[in-house]
Amino acid sequence: MDFFVVQILTGLANAAALFLVASGLSIIFGVTRVVNFSHGSFYMLGAYIAYSLMTVLPGFIGFWASILLTGVAVGLIGLIVELGVLRPIYKSPELFQLVATFGVILVIQDLTLLIWGPDDLIGKRSPGFEGVVKIGDQLLPAYDLVLIFLSFLVLGGLWYLFNKTRAGILVRAATQDREMVGALGVNQSWLFSGVFFLGSALAGIGGAAQLPKGGADLLMDFNILAPVFVVVVIGGMGSIPGAFVAALIISELNVFGVQLLPQSTLVLMFVVMAVVLIFRPWGLFGRPEIVGSHGSQGPPEAPLRAFSGRLWLVLAACALALAVVPLFGGNFLQVLLADVIIACLFATSLHFILGLGGLVSFGHAATFGGGAYAAALMVQYAETPMELALLLAPLAAGLLALVIGWFCVRLSGVYFAMLTLAFAQVVWSIAFQWSEVTGGDDGILGIWPSAWASSTTAYYYLVLALGIGGITTLLFMAYTPFGYALRGSRDSALRSEAIGINVRLVQWSAFIFAGMMSGLSGALFVFAKGSIFPTELEIARSFDALIIVFLGGVQSLFGPLAGGVVFTLLQDWLSRFEYWRLCLGLMIIAIVILLPNGLVGVGHWVRGRFGRNADPLSDAEEEAA
Amino acid sequence: MLELDRINSFYGRAHILHDLSLSVAEGEVVALLGRNGAGKSTTMKSIMRLVAAKSGKISYAGRDITALPPHNIAKLGVGYVPEERRIFTDLTILENLEVGRQTPRAGAPEWTPGKLFKLFPNLEERRNNLGGAMSGGEQQMLTIARTLMGNPKFVLLDEPSEGLAPVIVEQVAFTIRELKKLGLTILLSEQNLHFAKLVADRAYIIERGSVQYDGTIEELENNEEVRNAYLSV
Ligand SMILES: Nc1ncnc2c1ncn2[C@@H]1O[C@H](COP(=O)(O)OP(=O)(O)O)[C@@H](O)[C@H]1O
Ligand SMILES: [Mg+2]
Repeated sequence: MDFFVVQILTGLANAAALFLVASGLSIIFGVTRVVNFSHGSFYMLGAYIAYSLMTVLPGFIGFWASILLTGVAVGLIGLIVELGVLRPIYKSPELFQLVATFGVILVIQDLTLLIWGPDDLIGKRSPGFEGVVKIGDQLLPAYDLVLIFLSFLVLGGLWYLFNKTRAGILVRAATQDREMVGALGVNQSWLFSGVFFLGSALAGIGGAAQLPKGGADLLMDFNILAPVFVVVVIGGMGSIPGAFVAALIISELNVFGVQLLPQSTLVLMFVVMAVVLIFRPWGLFGRPEIVGSHGSQGPPEAPLRAFSGRLWLVLAACALALAVVPLFGGNFLQVLLADVIIACLFATSLHFILGLGGLVSFGHAATFGGGAYAAALMVQYAETPMELALLLAPLAAGLLALVIGWFCVRLSGVYFAMLTLAFAQVVWSIAFQWSEVTGGDDGILGIWPSAWASSTTAYYYLVLALGIGGITTLLFMAYTPFGYALRGSRDSALRSEAIGINVRLVQWSAFIFAGMMSGLSGALFVFAKGSIFPTELEIARSFDALIIVFLGGVQSLFGPLAGGVVFTLLQDWLSRFEYWRLCLGLMIIAIVILLPNGLVGVGHWVRGRFGRNADPLSDAEEEAA
Repeated sequence: MLELDRINSFYGRAHILHDLSLSVAEGEVVALLGRNGAGKSTTMKSIMRLVAAKSGKISYAGRDITALPPHNIAKLGVGYVPEERRIFTDLTILENLEVGRQTPRAGAPEWTPGKLFKLFPNLEERRNNLGGAMSGGEQQMLTIARTLMGNPKFVLLDEPSEGLAPVIVEQVAFTIRELKKLGLTILLSEQNLHFAKLVADRAYIIERGSVQYDGTIEELENNEEVRNAYLSV
């Protein structure tokens, strides 16, 4: 009995930070309709800033003053992000905002490294609560009780704010119809800034409050994201009680799960989320998002260019050029180009669901790493030859996509993005935690190509053949009836259903097909490198593909190729610098704000200005204006 | 008091308002008449800049407001009552009123929930009910009351009688006459003459986004030809 009480209390205490971060995310989303992916970074900053403040401010008062000041400081940082990064792009499509907040993640990661160094920091104990409390014959850290009190305090405080103050009422009204709130004379800019301050401050306080328990490290930002998204998906986006209840469920599940099946905690979290989603796709306290109801839809897309011979000619010329590279280019160039081709295939497969299907996946690494791990495991445990592994790995990735996709295509927009990210994190943690099989952090080594393909040039040709094959298949699919159905589902699910398209089935199939191709790129990757580590399943890997697609321009079929080349070369160059994340992050933010149509968009623009072959849509828009 | 000078408005690429001009003098009640889809709501939204007019000029009380954001236009004393009502369904009636509240304005009647409950008695007993739990008539009362909480001098009423029972329509007409007595200037839109002739002094008829006719209500009542051409019966 006492055991259970202590377990429940431990779960409650663990829920505190999760609740604070998730409620902040929910509040920001409610009003601004932006899913702030950098919210985990605010949490991390909270831990670091509180650490520094606590070293200067001593004693009981110093401890709590530090936490409060941290809240203010992180709130102000959130405000800077809102004003500097998001304000210029509120009217842009969702993807832009998501990518921009990813840029913020990178910047904050490197700034944190720069300021506090690479070592994990251990938080000071909370003065006055260093000891343990005895409950029957069980022990509970006294600070756990403080955390429980804190989360109820915040819950109560938020309830008061949103129900009893004018600002809170305005926020609730704006969550429902922010345009009307503006027409009634309320300056929305203030509301946006206000919720960003509050939401960021909550994340900062969450990070600060957990410092005595968990310390501060540079992985906190990504590590909190998956559970926070799971909490938000279970609780319902925009609902604070939902965030509270879901944080409790997840935390209790973890505590009890560890007792029963130590390695099952993540799977349990996943099962609960799956069950909730089956019965309540919008979460326990959420409500369906009406598509387009928040007005951040992009302009209508120009029809795809006809199946023009010229573009294919260009593609063929590129392939030919790549094929003759080994005649004059050295090994280094061939390895680099193989990387480029793999990145292009990976990104093209994402573009297939994102650009054509409108499904913004934030977890595309799951199938990339999935394919890579499948190939590596087959070689490791079944001595499968490379040829067979390259064949089976896409199938394994497709199977993974089948499972993930079944849940995800029930949702759309930001929910879809969050869910795919959460699933990818589940796959990552399996690779990371199940070290008996996957080698955990040490990865799987010694996965080399078959003898005939073991020279750099031979493997380069293999990558070229399979990569170009995969890319061409994906591009070709865009012009098949399946591709048309997919685009139809993106533009209007309702009308597509009306003409007999099973939207979910089309999207699910596309998700699986894209997963297979992404798995192929993963398998090519693993034989190129000879090893695989969980990093290939990380959020950062998913973002690589997103950034490539984004760089190339979402609306362009060939964008991922242009983006893949630029991004891989850029990364190759940037990664020589110590603070390359900072540079990359700033660059991403600049591109999002300055080049909303990507690199290919720049091409169109140039052609529209100086040539005759202009984009028909932009012409029409100019006429209209 | 309000002047629209050859404005053009678009939804995306669809050109809706074509060089539309109209003016409303202080203290007047003016009706904007026209069939469904004529562009009445777009006119109202263009005044509030919920739709940005691409060309033309809108001035209010001697000021150019063409490029002001909606909240600044509201702050100048322009109240907007949308056709779809846009009640905050998750908020109580009192909270809905609170969202509309602005500081008192010189030269405009000052409203409080108490005063509004005298004008709309049905709302009082339901003050703590959620906006979403109300009937259509009550929602129409609430949306007008919410706008009045901003103490406007000028009110835009988009199809205030739409979809309401006759007795409620009567009540809305009474309210508008009360507001006129208090010195408010009103521009309202309607699809037919029945309601407009109860409250309006003057009328514009628009069709396909431009003004086809303007005159007093009496003139319009006597002009059967124009009525048949542009209004629904
Ligand atoms: N949000 C919108 N997007 C595109 N077209 C619209 C939109 N709202 C209205 N329209 C079109 O603009 C025209 C005028 O509409 P509206 O101003 O609502 O007319 P009214 O209020 O007189 O019925 C109609 O043809 C309508 O179809
Ligand atoms: Mg209308």
